[in-house]
Amino acid sequence: MVEERNNGGKGWVGASLPRKEEDRLLRGRGKFAEDIKLREMLYLRFVRSPYAHARILSIDASAAEALPGVACVITGKEIAAETQPFIEIGPDHAQKIRDFPMAVDKAIYQGEPVAAVVAESPGIAEDAAEMVNVEYEALEPVVEAEEALTDRSVLHEAAGTNRVWNGVWEYGDVEQAFKDAAYVVNIDRLHFHRFSSTPLENNVIIGEWNPKDDRIYYGCNNSFPSFAIQFLAAHLKVHIDKIRVQTFDIGGSFGIKITSYPQMAVCALASKKAGGRPVKWVETRSEHMVASAHGNERTFRNTRVALDKNGVITAIDSKHIDDCGAYPRYEPLGCVIWSQVFCGVYRFKNARIDFWQAVTNKCPVGPNRGYSRMQHLWFLERVIDICAHEIGIAADEIRLRNYIRPEEFPYTTPNGCVYDSGNYPKMLEVAKGLIGWDEWRKKQIDAQHEGRMIGIGIGTTLDSGTNNFGQSQIINPYAPFSGNSQGANCKLDIYGEVVVAVGSCPQGQGHETTAAQVVADVLNIHPDLITVRTGFDTERNVHTGMSGTYASQFAVSGLSAVHGAAQKLKTEMKRLAAFLLETNEDELAFGVGEQGPEIKANATGKSINYWGLANIVNVNSAVLPESLYDVTLNCRYVWRAPFKVPDTKAKYGSLTLTYASQLHIAVVEVDRETFVPKIIDYVAVDDCGTVINPPIVEGQVYGATAHGIGAALMETCVYDEVGNMLTSTFSDYTPITSMNIPKIKYGHTSTPSPHSYSGAKGMGEGGAAPIHTISSALQDALFAHGIVINDSFNNADSIFRALKAHDGGQRAELVKLERKQASSAK
Amino acid sequence: MPENIAPQKLDVTIRINGKTYARKIEPRTLLVEFLREACDLTGTHVGCDTTYCGACTVLMNNLAVKSCTVFAVQADGADIITVEGLEKNGKLHPIQKAFGDSYGLQCGYCTPGLMLATHQLLAENPEPDEKQIRKAIAGNTCRCTGYVNVFKAIELAGRNMKGASVGD
Repeated sequence: MVEERNNGGKGWVGASLPRKEEDRLLRGRGKFAEDIKLREMLYLRFVRSPYAHARILSIDASAAEALPGVACVITGKEIAAETQPFIEIGPDHAQKIRDFPMAVDKAIYQGEPVAAVVAESPGIAEDAAEMVNVEYEALEPVVEAEEALTDRSVLHEAAGTNRVWNGVWEYGDVEQAFKDAAYVVNIDRLHFHRFSSTPLENNVIIGEWNPKDDRIYYGCNNSFPSFAIQFLAAHLKVHIDKIRVQTFDIGGSFGIKITSYPQMAVCALASKKAGGRPVKWVETRSEHMVASAHGNERTFRNTRVALDKNGVITAIDSKHIDDCGAYPRYEPLGCVIWSQVFCGVYRFKNARIDFWQAVTNKCPVGPNRGYSRMQHLWFLERVIDICAHEIGIAADEIRLRNYIRPEEFPYTTPNGCVYDSGNYPKMLEVAKGLIGWDEWRKKQIDAQHEGRMIGIGIGTTLDSGTNNFGQSQIINPYAPFSGNSQGANCKLDIYGEVVVAVGSCPQGQGHETTAAQVVADVLNIHPDLITVRTGFDTERNVHTGMSGTYASQFAVSGLSAVHGAAQKLKTEMKRLAAFLLETNEDELAFGVGEQGPEIKANATGKSINYWGLANIVNVNSAVLPESLYDVTLNCRYVWRAPFKVPDTKAKYGSLTLTYASQLHIAVVEVDRETFVPKIIDYVAVDDCGTVINPPIVEGQVYGATAHGIGAALMETCVYDEVGNMLTSTFSDYTPITSMNIPKIKYGHTSTPSPHSYSGAKGMGEGGAAPIHTISSALQDALFAHGIVINDSFNNADSIFRALKAHDGGQRAELVKLERKQASSAK
Repeated sequence: MPENIAPQKLDVTIRINGKTYARKIEPRTLLVEFLREACDLTGTHVGCDTTYCGACTVLMNNLAVKSCTVFAVQADGADIITVEGLEKNGKLHPIQKAFGDSYGLQCGYCTPGLMLATHQLLAENPEPDEKQIRKAIAGNTCRCTGYVNVFKAIELAGRNMKGASVGD
């Protein structure tokens, strides 16, 4: 294995430790959900709606049921009869949405399950699913959020409207700022496209509703099991302790696998109907593409930006319309989560955002990497670049004039969020150095003389981590969620082994490694001497209601919990050792001796190893005095984020604990003949405070960068006008490959967080920096041709259309600049 | 389909990682299903079902193939190497070691396929340049690493194996 690099730190935190996960994964011995086989297992296949919006007139499953090897067929109607609809997070009319895991009376997106067939083999289930005859009456589909808001065709009749939620965020004096402005820039419409980070492993669920003990077992790859069990227990009308969820190695999630709980419900109900035999569902890629979850699509209308004579933004006024697909499910949390980064990296104080969310006849959305914040951050970066070009200020210069300044941290945003630390000008300087900014500017001018289209773009973005669930109360004052927590357990097992369990649900982020690094520092032993449990299991009794892996928070919430549990264990070990070694607790040294990890008395040199400590507590307890009966060497610790419930009326409060930042620069050339945009140079600079394991962080940065580049140039979920999904295979969707990833120059700056015990900030989502950056670079390349980049997805086709369809570009229709000379002269 | 018209099961014998597996299978069984379900070799994964992602890549008679696009009957009599067959007596193959040393994996789901694609590349070209590396794994999707550390891993594997054959 690679040599451990300590990186000049004192302990294991900060060291480049090889990952503990590697050995099994390299040998093909990783255990993924699909690898699990249970006795008497059956296989489930969904029958799905080919229509985006259709009434179900009848379902005839008799031929399927007659096929040898078919155990049963279950329909949405049957499920609705024995369950409660899923919890709705939204308020008022949104509470009336009846969401079941399969369509009951009508299907409202293409691919929505209407029935499920359970059989002895996957092949029989597939054959039988084709024999289920469903009669539909096609209804009018609505695929655009703005159109959906007209309620011309309503998806959820009980709710009576396609509007899920709307609310206004307003701070400062917006109108006065516009009166005083030197410039006002009006932008008609910007659009953030729908895409998905498509984990390579599809959703997999094994569900077993065992009649022997009436308990439900799940072996699956859901990435937020604590959330899933809360939804499932209410839906299935069972005690939450009856549900056990276990995860294993997970082949990526990027948030998408948070939303597999409806399928989890079906597997349990199908198992119950099949007499309690375990039921396995392995999603196909096409099923994943049409019917798992996509990221939120968002449209920004009628944006007005006020700027002073120096190009400093003084106010933004805009209407944002979010499209959450057919069911809100995890939504409408996305209606508030963007406000964690309300002002992005900028200093403006006056703003009014009128936020709307609508359902449409498309796949429901889920919290895809960069969830809800990236859409808003892209919007703000578009605003900055469009204003820069309109007024004639360089992209780097306008940012420097608008960035929150390093000395202003901790910085309170207009909506009460507290940015812990950061240094954006420094990141810009590092990134410009790495890319060779001045040389590229010269080359760009030369290229323009040759008629080539080269652009240089900047994207500055935030990765807010460890969120305050209290923000859900801004959406719905009755939502019973606030704060944030994570649980961990650290113990000496009976033979003295150090074993750590944490309520996270990793998918490649190296939690086993970084958790061991933290505990190793507490106990002063090598991380190899520490076992960290793989995956998640409710029966470890470690989790809290917020346990899982999501929202860039493990380095803060997860490792703070692990650190707390290790400290708790250490305190117990000290008390025990002090008694056994007949010395004071503060005269003990933790380390490793001839008999393994031990505690030594400084004065006498006598020591006791971990086996000795564990032995006395677990199997030799008559030795213990009563005063030590509370020592268990099995210590659970729940870390809680220090949040308050936000002021829900003013929409004001601290919504996230840490703010990692990313600054990317791209040089992009648009081919003059094919219009293919090509990245010719790329820099990614990252700041996540104190780094626990540098190569793991670097790997996360590269991964997030690839997702962003893919999303900006290659990956989009395309629907036709009647709601057929046209990108339902990888061959159509084209996830980024080795041929499309540019060389990435990586840079790192560090502003330790005052909000976490270690100075670390959550990271991993990356704030979709490449999407902002590539939009910025493309506009720089095409602005001279009258093009303003108004969509987050751009490829040869869209660039060709923009250049050719409009005489002199679309800028004139899209953007209007008002120069208010009188006030600028003041 | 009803049992009376269901096709007869066929006998297939495939040598996998040096061991012979004889099974009776449905004709529609894919090679990847044969490996995973009939032989319990679960290191080979399925990612896309359409020959795009390469998570199912194995060596068939020394050529990297996507086992989701080969029927098991087509592999009758063939010699297959899967990820489980890379290590020798518990010692990691230099390709496996290079992926670990370069942090060339995160979730590890695509890694078996990537390592076998690398195996074929290095067998044909022990010193590939970056362009050749990119091309060799163009059919292997990785969603975690952005490929950056995968390129490093393949270069390192090539360097470490200089002079030795990939089969060693």
